[in-house]
Amino acid sequence: MQEHHIVGSSVPRKEGWDKVTGAARYVDDLVLPGMLHGATVRSNIPRGKIRKIAFDPGINWDEFVVVTAKDIPGKNCIVLILDDQPCLAAETVNHAEEPILLLAHPDRHKLRRAVDAVSIEYDVLPPVFSIEESEQRSNIIWGADNTFKKYLIEKGDVDAVWRDAAHIIEGEYFTGAQEQLYIENNGVIAAFEPESGVTVWGSLQCPYYVHKALMALCGLPEDKVRVVQMETGGAFGGKEEYPSMIAGHAALLAIKSGKPVKIIYDRMEDMAATTKRHPSRTRHRTAVSQDGKILGGEIEFTIDGGAYATLSSVVLSRGTIHAGGPYYWPSVRIRTRAVATNFPPHGAFRGFGAPQSLFAMERHMDRIAAVVGISPIEIRRRNFLKPGQTTTTEQTIRENIDLHYLLDRALDLSGYAPKKKRFTEENKTSSRKKGIGIAVFLHGAGFTGSGERYLNSLVGVEATAGGKVRVLVSSAEFGQGTNTVLCQIAAEALGLPYEGVAIAQPDTTVVPNSGPTVASRTAMIVGKLVQSASKGIQQTLTKSGLLADSYTPEQFRSACREYIAAHGALKSYSRFEAPGDVFWDDEKYRGEAYAAYAWAVYVAEVTVDLTTYSVTVDDFVALQEVGKVLNPVLAAGQITGGVAQGIGFALYEKVVWHNGRMLNNQMTNYIMPASMDLPPIRVFFEELGNVHGAHGAKGIGELPMDGPAPAIVNAVEDATGIRFRSIPLLSEDVFEALQSESVKQDAASLPGVTA
Amino acid sequence: MNSPGENIAKCDFSFTVNGVPKKALAYPMERLLDVLRNELELTGAKEGCGEGECGSCSILIDGMLVNSCLVPVAQANGASIVTIEGMSAHALMKPLQEAFLECGGAQCGICTPGMILAAVHLLEKKPEPALSDIQEGLAGNLCRCTGYMQIFEAVAKAARQRVAR
Repeated sequence: MQEHHIVGSSVPRKEGWDKVTGAARYVDDLVLPGMLHGATVRSNIPRGKIRKIAFDPGINWDEFVVVTAKDIPGKNCIVLILDDQPCLAAETVNHAEEPILLLAHPDRHKLRRAVDAVSIEYDVLPPVFSIEESEQRSNIIWGADNTFKKYLIEKGDVDAVWRDAAHIIEGEYFTGAQEQLYIENNGVIAAFEPESGVTVWGSLQCPYYVHKALMALCGLPEDKVRVVQMETGGAFGGKEEYPSMIAGHAALLAIKSGKPVKIIYDRMEDMAATTKRHPSRTRHRTAVSQDGKILGGEIEFTIDGGAYATLSSVVLSRGTIHAGGPYYWPSVRIRTRAVATNFPPHGAFRGFGAPQSLFAMERHMDRIAAVVGISPIEIRRRNFLKPGQTTTTEQTIRENIDLHYLLDRALDLSGYAPKKKRFTEENKTSSRKKGIGIAVFLHGAGFTGSGERYLNSLVGVEATAGGKVRVLVSSAEFGQGTNTVLCQIAAEALGLPYEGVAIAQPDTTVVPNSGPTVASRTAMIVGKLVQSASKGIQQTLTKSGLLADSYTPEQFRSACREYIAAHGALKSYSRFEAPGDVFWDDEKYRGEAYAAYAWAVYVAEVTVDLTTYSVTVDDFVALQEVGKVLNPVLAAGQITGGVAQGIGFALYEKVVWHNGRMLNNQMTNYIMPASMDLPPIRVFFEELGNVHGAHGAKGIGELPMDGPAPAIVNAVEDATGIRFRSIPLLSEDVFEALQSESVKQDAASLPGVTA
Repeated sequence: MNSPGENIAKCDFSFTVNGVPKKALAYPMERLLDVLRNELELTGAKEGCGEGECGSCSILIDGMLVNSCLVPVAQANGASIVTIEGMSAHALMKPLQEAFLECGGAQCGICTPGMILAAVHLLEKKPEPALSDIQEGLAGNLCRCTGYMQIFEAVAKAARQRVAR
């Protein structure tokens, strides 16, 4: 077979033509005969007992299908990790916007009025609205202690390091909730037939999560639930767990009415009710030597999980493992906790805990540099992880990563040194203060620790008699390029043109469970399985004597034709096998946390206008090492898109809460970056070898979310001298800080105890 | 979802849609977006925000680029409406579509029909746009996936190809 290079080239997106013509079919574009529209009646208080549900007699309720918790045939919960979240609240509500009752009607215009005509009386209970209140535990709202999950990492003897420290540096950092803001709102259609069971078509990331949740909710066996992913208009984690809820609602209405039911959220409902990024608080206390070497430290990382456990434990896990950044800690104690509040549950969002704890780490590094009296560049150089050293979980870095080289290259690409010099000069006389900041970080690819082993993913590849190859995975396309890169990998493995390989629409009756489409795992983990399943097809044909070692696409076609004529079908499956030497201790949180890490250095240049208090990003350099870049155009698109979301996280996107409800649940007043708000985002890749993924690819999707916020806030401090420690950092925050004469010195340096 | 007042009877409206005369029976205050999608089965225009912020529902009414979620159907009576489905013969479409595919201008695709209509509208007015013209021309269309860079590149590329011919 001749060497060919589909992998590594920017072939066009598989489903691209449908997208640029408007022909792509999203769930709201689908209409089924006799279909009803569904709507959700939600709680308007954050916490209380449901006393009474009343229906306004002005509405003819006979026209409506009404579903309450009593109509649930199976278990009233959205099965995920702890199974604590009801599908419909029956007796108590624990957050505003909690679903209580469902309605369906053929005319969707009549639904809104009907939703408003259901009134619910409550015995109000006191709510909890902050990490601090939750920690006080004077009001227990979840479990025995308001705690969904905690982790403790202990490496070395931290208690011994304070004595020898030249400096002990403390800092406290906060990040806010962030809305995923996919442009396509959440939506599903469900249908029910007594013989075939429930079918759901939806906008979603994880077909088998929905499948599992529906089996439990509807009390149906595996073969009586079918989940089909429609074209999905953005997700970013926001369609990881919540689609199970909406699918459950539509399924209940479909079962009760016997008709297909469509539920499409409008923007306000989507923003108010569905998950957002976990708000966080991180406390650092770091012992540093005279020359700026980290000796050890304590990190406390706490996230606000909202009212139910959902994915908080795993978000916390990723935040915990990333909390130490790309640095060598001889000793460290990391205590972390996900706590309950009465906000709608927070959930998956690109980065999954890492952007929060890395924001703190990278802000804190600048703080350490200032106290030690060296530059932000130098402090990082002195503490970079090197191959052979161990991470906070005592994972030995075996990758050939050279962070010094990455840093040098990023500084060079961004023109860091000359800019820094120029800004210092110009800032003396200008009211437009310029600054430049960096962030260095890593992101683990795939599920944490033993996660991939539990997932046990299965991937299929099939060939038709016409020699067409089709990839069978539950990994969903939602813009990031799943369809394209998996087809590239299969085509490369089989020596076929890219056009000769297609991918099946994710449908649980057609594709095996290749795991959820999350955690930057698709290219690396699923891609590798697609590669080996493709090789399986080839081996089957060569072993049966139908195909020579070297062949043309035409010879492949005739081999397929002959094989299928003789055997009926040609399919090959490949299941995940954990490398034998991987050690992970779930109890002590110690060992090989991730099979591979992506590494990055980001540089942000900002202007802080002292007349308008606005912060603008003028230039952004994103340099990363993600192993083999499978498709340069798609990969660059992942980075620019992630950086844009990171800029929003840092400077624009503020969720305003009032009594547990989001007040600004509209695109008008929740501000994401538009075309005129962004700097040039300049993307660069380094490629190092990686043994784990197909062709050495590592995860890429989440990485770009981690770096922008700390790089930008570091640049703002460079410009203004103010140590901002919370994001989002809005103009009003800049105004407030500049107004107050004595800026709160949050991370005071304690006098070092000399040895 | 708006409640267009179901107490008012539905009325007949007529317009030219993608060059073809069409009639629709709808509530007068019903959003044109819903009439196009539900009554006329033209699903290329998408709902993103329902309040004129995101531009995913962009269409052309009498040559003007508008957000169809903000237009009551009564207001479009008698107008000439063009949606993405009716644009295929437009000379700018193929270069734009190809450039979007080559440059990575479409990721999840939900903003893409509106984005491409906005780009056509821009290039009709400014055949050789500077980057700042492109940024301004697309300012009414939000994209959450790309960070816009590859969209700018695609529009610039399509413009160059068009001028070169």
